[in-house]
Amino acid sequence: MAATPQQIADRLGQRYSAGFVTDIESDVVPPGLDEDVVRLISAKKGEPDWLTQWRLQAFRHWLTLPMPEWAKLDIAPIDFQAVSYYAAPNQKNRPKSLDEVDPKLLETFDKLGVPLHERARLAGVAVDAVFDSVSVGTTFRKELAEVGVIFCSFSEAVREHPELVRKYLGTVVPHTDNFFAALNSAVFSDGSFVFIPRGVRCPMELSTYFRINARDTGQFERTLIVAEDDSQVSYLEGCTAPMRDENQLHAAVVELVALDRAQIKYSTVQNWYPGDENGVGGIYNFVTKRGACRGVRSKISWTQVETGSAITWKYPSCVLLGEESVGEFYSVALTHHRQQADTGTKMIHLGRNTRSKIVAKGISAGRGQQTYRGLVKVQPTAAGARNHTQCDSLLIGKQCGAHTFPYIEVRHPDAVVEHEATTSKISEDQLFYCRARGIGEEDAVSMIVDGFCREVFRELPMEFAVEAKRLLEVSLEGAVG
Amino acid sequence: MLTIDDLHVSVAGKAILKGLDLVVQPGEVHAIMGPNGAGKSTLAAVLAGREGYEVTAGSVRFHDADLLALAPEERAAAGVFLAFQYPVEIPGVNNTYFLRAAYNAQRKARGEPELDSVQFLRRVREKLKILSLPEDLLHRGVNSGFSGGEKKRNEIFQMAVLEPALAVLDETDSGLDIDALRQVAEGVNSLRSAQRGFVLITHYQRLLDYVVPDFVHVLADGRIVESGGPGLAGELEAHGYAWVADRKVGGAA
Repeated sequence: MAATPQQIADRLGQRYSAGFVTDIESDVVPPGLDEDVVRLISAKKGEPDWLTQWRLQAFRHWLTLPMPEWAKLDIAPIDFQAVSYYAAPNQKNRPKSLDEVDPKLLETFDKLGVPLHERARLAGVAVDAVFDSVSVGTTFRKELAEVGVIFCSFSEAVREHPELVRKYLGTVVPHTDNFFAALNSAVFSDGSFVFIPRGVRCPMELSTYFRINARDTGQFERTLIVAEDDSQVSYLEGCTAPMRDENQLHAAVVELVALDRAQIKYSTVQNWYPGDENGVGGIYNFVTKRGACRGVRSKISWTQVETGSAITWKYPSCVLLGEESVGEFYSVALTHHRQQADTGTKMIHLGRNTRSKIVAKGISAGRGQQTYRGLVKVQPTAAGARNHTQCDSLLIGKQCGAHTFPYIEVRHPDAVVEHEATTSKISEDQLFYCRARGIGEEDAVSMIVDGFCREVFRELPMEFAVEAKRLLEVSLEGAVG
Repeated sequence: MLTIDDLHVSVAGKAILKGLDLVVQPGEVHAIMGPNGAGKSTLAAVLAGREGYEVTAGSVRFHDADLLALAPEERAAAGVFLAFQYPVEIPGVNNTYFLRAAYNAQRKARGEPELDSVQFLRRVREKLKILSLPEDLLHRGVNSGFSGGEKKRNEIFQMAVLEPALAVLDETDSGLDIDALRQVAEGVNSLRSAQRGFVLITHYQRLLDYVVPDFVHVLADGRIVESGGPGLAGELEAHGYAWVADRKVGGAA
């Protein structure tokens, strides 16, 4: 049966269901960036002087850096003076609890499937909801505080736990690290702060939902997770933005610190607006994520499902300092239409008997371009280091591309470093085989893609694995035929 | 239930089938034999609806439907099953999951209720037992890392679960050692019934030692040139395909 134009339009609209705009009055700092803007952001957040100075130092360093051009990405020049660096929904006073939060904001998160109010909360998942530059609220705080876990917005952490923030901020990703990390350090707005004290296994999943709403603004969140000796935490982040014709900038920094025998599992389901079929609009997702395994036998595991954004530039990494520490990176990245992604990881082996594992799955459809870029570095101090990398690309159609750039630097003779890579196409044979068994074409494609991603999906917490699978299906609609 | 009438098929502009006729009734097993290049696998592909095969004349009716007008998944739902000569690997997709998706898609297309995973598992376990197949077949990826024999047995297993009205087996015996061949044949025999028709496409006669067909047809140069009872297979084995071709030439002269 042929669909009417309206049905087709409805279906197209469904492709990015998070594309709506919340109509809310915002306090937006005019576009442009100079030291006064940096001071203004810091003042709006009521920050102590050391942090203002820290921002200014980062800003001055940023001014000396050129925009990085080494990635295999085609990025139109970005006018950093045309971006607004701070946007916050107007709220009379700082809400003391979720009951005082503007209903429009609560409604927004309801629509996104992340209800914050008590009666509808996700079971077993504490959520920090960030709307443009500020955190709207954090659920389950009391329950978490009872076991000593701190989970709050970054701004709040600066006010309530300045000693912890000061001790760890910028120690994993210094402001000198790269162009976007420097920019973020200067203008970062909100994000989440997590502290798991010694010996505590966090009793629930922690998660942050990032929402860009305002026009012509950038989002520059900063997340810091510290896990003390013998502690464990699983943290998730999700992200969406309205459909707009202009590109919007998102430049986040995430720092993780794992002390002796601590374990941090960090999962991302990234669904920023990807732009339309012709590459108009979409988020520029330029993110620096790094974890430091400082303690013996500590472990940091990154899992990412990247389906959104017009351009993704992102390399969640592990610095393996502690003896026998473990770093893992599991990634599914999908580029459809005109999306571009240059993503991968860095595993830096410094401690003895450190181990790392990389499983990267890239899916390209339409005119999507995708690059895996990974560094495995074994320093002279890392006797007995081991790495296994598996890097698979799946192509759908004839106009997309997949590229792999593995960098391996081994400075210890004991190291065992393995790299496996494959590139395959969803073949006519696979599709026909499924159809001959009665499975329709679109279902067959999502089944084949799901199978391809299995190793990564099984690392995600259950509800998010389901969400990730659904996102891939929606993102791939119309990729075949 | 299957009526193929004067079927002409081209692949990339080259005529492969040149007026093929065949009628299969429920409960019948038809063996199609013939030399390489005769068009045996083309027949299987056309019946299942593979792309790239152009029907230039003739018709195929299945029950009351014009089979050629249906998409491959619609043919499957209507009850046509093709056991592939080269079963395809789908890494990471669990065999049971795949089969349940197929089974339920077919039921949904026929307006029948779908089975939940518990009901379905009960069903596949029964079938495994009947075919004496190992349980681990259920938990592996679809054909991935399977040996040639395992792939063919998996096809028979799928057929047992899907219970088609018409099963087309495309050289299911090729590449099998004698034990695997016997197992596959036992599977086929256990699925023979008064309601089900079979088309066995094979190059060698040895499958027919274990699955005794009701009819044997010789396909040569795009047509069925000789039909007979099970004894015809033995004559072919003794004299070779050239013998049929010679007789046809002799008959025409």
